[in-house]
Amino acid sequence: MNVRRLVLFVPLVVVVGLGAFLYQRLDDDPYARDSALLSRPFPEFSLSTLSDPQARLDASLLKGQVSLVNVWGEWCPTCKHEMPQLLDLASRGVHMVGVDYKDTRAKGRQFLEEFGNPFSVNLFDPDGTLGFDLGVYGAPETFLVDAEGVIRYHHTGYIRPEDVRDVILPTLERIAKPATDAASMPDEEASS
Amino acid sequence: MKTVLRSFAIPLVQALVVLMFLAWLSAGKAHAAIEMHQFDNPVLQKRYDSLTAALRCPKCQNQAIGDSDSPIAGDMRQNVADLLKDGRSDSEIQNFMVARFGEYVLYNPRLDGRTWLLWGGPAVLILLGLLVVTLIVRARRRARVRALDADEQARLSALLATHRQSIDEQPGDEQPGAGQHTAKERS
Repeated sequence: MNVRRLVLFVPLVVVVGLGAFLYQRLDDDPYARDSALLSRPFPEFSLSTLSDPQARLDASLLKGQVSLVNVWGEWCPTCKHEMPQLLDLASRGVHMVGVDYKDTRAKGRQFLEEFGNPFSVNLFDPDGTLGFDLGVYGAPETFLVDAEGVIRYHHTGYIRPEDVRDVILPTLERIAKPATDAASMPDEEASS
Repeated sequence: MKTVLRSFAIPLVQALVVLMFLAWLSAGKAHAAIEMHQFDNPVLQKRYDSLTAALRCPKCQNQAIGDSDSPIAGDMRQNVADLLKDGRSDSEIQNFMVARFGEYVLYNPRLDGRTWLLWGGPAVLILLGLLVVTLIVRARRRARVRALDADEQARLSALLATHRQSIDEQPGDEQPGAGQHTAKERS
């Protein structure tokens, strides 16, 4: 009899459990996406730069050092607010590569004149082909690429000043580490 | 009084009809803003239509790329069209999109480690329901054919004894007594 009574509570427990699960997911950011690009090599590209229409750069640009790749455009209001954070990162010696996404050369240059240029080079992607291969669906988006040219972090949207301190800088440090670790640990160096 | 009401109501209804018509017109326009590729080949057209209906726009919350006017949806439609003309298969095109925008873009998620619960859940729930129903039915059947325990047996014999006694005393009262007898037995 007692066991039978307890069985009647099973649906209640199930419903409360489901409610708790769904309630907890209520706080999730509906715009958060898993990036498909993590741990994958930076996609191949062949683009000119914002300053030089004759230039041809490819993905080898990102080999040999840790880089931050920021996708921006003059048409993107959030990118303007993000520039101070990017200038801060540049002043810390981070190798910064810009991708001027779906923009015109004139507007892109004007943007950098007005808001500052933290980038050592700006790829010019007027048709958004590189952006598409990066899975970019808006701007700004930011990628951290390790010295082997592999994407290690993908930030969708605005980088807040606290994101620089809490996420970007620690991630850059973590990505840069394996090289120094490998130097101290010969085994790992051999395997890589 | 009635005429006053009518003089207000009729223009109001007319205004509403005009508004609804305008809303319908502008909705038609918004739809027309989505540029859909037109193929000469009806098979390709059909595949294009079903692919753009089954791929989800990464910028939007819940819209297929064939249903969204966001720039990225336009780029994705263009890529679908180009890949179709290139002779790629549907699954190759889906892989192409997933490689860039993640599993999010598939309205029909694939069966893998993360989605087995999603796909298997309904089947598991149906099996669980069948199991519960079977258990309940069997428990009830067993309860129905259960033998009387000692206490019930004693009560039954006592009832039968009084019943026989009453039959002996009043032979004409047999029918209602029999009815009572079966009802008691069932309970």
